[in-house]
Amino acid sequence: MSDKHDAGGVPTTGHVWDDDLGDFTNQPPKWWMLGLTASAIWCVVYFLYYPSIPVSNAQGYFKGIGGWTAITEMEADKSVVDEVRGKYEAKLKDMTPAAILADGELTEYVTRSGKVLFGDNCAACHGTNGVGTVDKQGLFAPILNDDDWLYGGKIEDIHASITGGRQAVMTPHKDVLSAAEIDTLANAVAAGKPTSTPLFTEKGCTACHGADGKGMQAMGSANLTDSVWRFDGSVEGIKYTIANGVNVGPGSRIAVMPSFQAAGKLSDAEMKKLAVYVYKFGGGKN
Amino acid sequence: MSDANENKEMGTVTTIYHEFESWQVNRGEKTIHAKRMPGFFRTVKTYTQLALWLPFFLLPYLRWNDKQAILFDIQNRQFHFFNIMVLPQDIWMLSLVLLIAAMTLFAVTSVASRVWCGYFCFQTAWTDWFTWLEDKIEGNPLARRKLDDAPLSLDKIKKKTLKHTLWILLALFTGISFSIWFVDAFEYWNNLIHLDLPKVGWIVLALFGVGTYLLAGFLREQACIWLCPYARIQGVMGDAQTILPTYDAKRGEPRGKLRKGGDSGAPQGDCIDCFQCVQVCPTGVDIRHGQQLGCITCGLCLDACDAIMDKIGKPRGLIRYASLDEMSGKPAKKMYQHPRTLVYISIILIAMSGIIYGLTHLGSMSLKVLPERQPLFVSMSDGSIQNKYTFKVLNKTDKDIYVNVTATGGVEGQVLIGAETPRLTHHGRGTSFTVFVKAPGKSVKQEVTPIHFRVEGVEDPNVFAEYTSNFNGPKH
Repeated sequence: MSDKHDAGGVPTTGHVWDDDLGDFTNQPPKWWMLGLTASAIWCVVYFLYYPSIPVSNAQGYFKGIGGWTAITEMEADKSVVDEVRGKYEAKLKDMTPAAILADGELTEYVTRSGKVLFGDNCAACHGTNGVGTVDKQGLFAPILNDDDWLYGGKIEDIHASITGGRQAVMTPHKDVLSAAEIDTLANAVAAGKPTSTPLFTEKGCTACHGADGKGMQAMGSANLTDSVWRFDGSVEGIKYTIANGVNVGPGSRIAVMPSFQAAGKLSDAEMKKLAVYVYKFGGGKN
Repeated sequence: MSDANENKEMGTVTTIYHEFESWQVNRGEKTIHAKRMPGFFRTVKTYTQLALWLPFFLLPYLRWNDKQAILFDIQNRQFHFFNIMVLPQDIWMLSLVLLIAAMTLFAVTSVASRVWCGYFCFQTAWTDWFTWLEDKIEGNPLARRKLDDAPLSLDKIKKKTLKHTLWILLALFTGISFSIWFVDAFEYWNNLIHLDLPKVGWIVLALFGVGTYLLAGFLREQACIWLCPYARIQGVMGDAQTILPTYDAKRGEPRGKLRKGGDSGAPQGDCIDCFQCVQVCPTGVDIRHGQQLGCITCGLCLDACDAIMDKIGKPRGLIRYASLDEMSGKPAKKMYQHPRTLVYISIILIAMSGIIYGLTHLGSMSLKVLPERQPLFVSMSDGSIQNKYTFKVLNKTDKDIYVNVTATGGVEGQVLIGAETPRLTHHGRGTSFTVFVKAPGKSVKQEVTPIHFRVEGVEDPNVFAEYTSNFNGPKH
C-alpha cells in the first residue's frame, strides 16, 4: 500500500511476487525465539519425565524418570475420597441396618452411596430407582417403592432378601384342577375376593396364601386381596399362574432374587447400605 | 497522496490507514521517562488514586463482630459484608454490581472521556507509584536516561538493585493485599510469615507479584495501548459533547520558539514549542496532534502547559478540557441534552434498585422442592397414592435451626411422611431431606395437583420459605 517504509538495509530473499512484493530476511523477534527454544526443551523434558516410548526393552517399556503412572495418580485421588468416607465406613461395619436407619447422618451418607450400588447391582431387574421392570408375565422384578412386600418391608426383612436371596415355589395346578375350577378361582382372585369361592379352601390354596388370602410373608406367598400384582393381574394372567405355577421349570412364572452373599459380589457393608437405600424408597415398614 | 485523493477518501475506512501514517505511538521501542511536575491535575490524580486504592490495601483489616468485615470467602462459598452474608444463590446481584461498574465507566466517559484511565485505573496508579520510586532513586528523566546508557558501575548496580527491590516489595504487597480479600487477613499474614500458605495461595501471590512487577515496572503505557480492552471501548463512548484534554490549535498555531524582545512581524501563536506537554506525558503522546489512542486523559500536560503560560505571561488553558463542539465554535449543550449519558445513568439506576431490592429481600431461608420423577407416583397396597419430594433448604441465618414442614393445597386427606418431627437445617449451606406425601387414591382427582410447601423455624416462625410443586397421580 505504501512505499514509505524502507527496509532499513535488510536484504530480501530475492524472490519477488506481484512485481514488488519481497520477503525480508529479518530475524524473528527475540521473545519468539525464546519461546520456540523453551518449547523444544519442554518437549525433551516431558518425553524423558513421562512414560513415552512404548517399545519393549528389558523392563517392558520406557517408564519415564518421573515414575508417574495413571494408576498411582488415580489411587492418590481415591485415597482423598476414602479419607472422607472412612469415618462413616468404620461406623457402618459394626452396625445393624436398623441402627444405621436410626442415625440421620449415616442414613444420608448411605442413601447417597446406595444410589450407585443400586444402579450397578439392582437396577438391571428392579429398574432405576426401583420402579420395577415389566415383561410379558407382568412384573419381571417387583416395584420397590410401594409398601407391598412379599417377604416383609421391615429393614431386617429387606436386608435378609438381599443377603440370602428369595425364591418361592407355587406348584402348577393344571393337572390337579379342572379348567372350570381354575376359571372360577382366577375370577375370584382378580376381583380381590379369593375367599368368595369355596374352592379356595377346598383345593388347599389357604395352605400358602392363608385363610384370608392375604399371603404369608414367611414363605413369600402373594397377598391376593389387594390391587398390587406380582404377575399379570388379568383373569387370563391369573389363570396362567394357577395352571403353571411359579419357579417350577419351563412354562412356569419366574421369580428369583439371587443371594448377594452367596454371589460374593457385595461386601457386608454394601448390602447394609442397599437395605437402607431400598427401605428409604418410601415403602419401608417399622 | 494528493490532497484531492485524501478528500475523496475522507470518512471511509481508507482514511484510517492515512491516519495511521501520522500516528505517534510508542510501540515499545523506547522507555518513556515522564517528567513529574506539580500542578492542579497532578494533585487531583494523586488523591483520586489514593482514594480508590488505599481501601484496597486497608479494608481487609477491618473487623466486624470478631470477623473480617468484608470477606469473599470462596472456599466456603460465602460473601460477608459487615452484617450481610450473601450465598451463591443470591450472587445474581454481583452481575448487577458489574453492570453498574460498566455503566458508570460509560457514563463518566461520555461526559469527560477517559477519567477512569487517567485518575483511577490500577495500571495508571501503580505505574505512577513505580515511576515515583524510580524518580526518587534514579533522579529526573534526564538522569534516568543517562543512567540507562551508562556502563555498568557500582553506583548503577546500587541504584538499580534498590529500585527493583522496592518494586518487588510493592508488587508482593499488592499480591498480599489482593489475597486477603478472599481469606482472613490476619490468618493469611500468620501463614505467610511461617511460610505455610496453601499451594493456591502461593500461586495467587506469585501471579499478582510478578504481574504487578511486570505491568507497572516494564509494560506501563504499553498495557493501556495494546493490552487493555476498556481503553478501546471507551473510544466509542465519547462524542462531540465530551470534554477531554484538547490543544487549542487556533490559539496555539503557528507555533514557534519564544522570541524575546524583537518582533519579526511574522504571526505567531501562543505555543512556544517547548515540548513540556510531551515530556510530562506518561504515555509519551503529543497532545497537540489532537485526541489519540495513546492519551489516557490524565491532565498532566494541562499542568505543564499552564505552568509555561504563566511564565511567558499568556493566559492559561492553551491545553484544556474542551469538547469538540467548543473547538469548532458551536454553542455548548446542556447536560440534559446529552441522551447518551442519560441512558447510561438510567441503566445504573435500574441496576441499583435491583441490588437494593436484593439486599432487602435476602430473606433468611430459601426452599426448593424437587418432586421425584421416576417413579412419578407409587400406588400403595391400601390404594393410596404416594409422591416423593426432595427438599433443599438453604438456611441463611448464622445458626443451625429446626424447621417444621407443612403443606397446603394438594389432595384432600394427604399426609406428610418424614415431616412428623422438625427437620434440622445447617446454616450457611444447603440441607436436603426427603418428604413423602401420601393421599387416598379416591381423592386424587387429576393427574397433576399443585401443592404448596412451607418450612418454618420452630423457634422463630419469621424464618420461613415456601415453594409450590405438584402432586402427581394416575391418569383419569
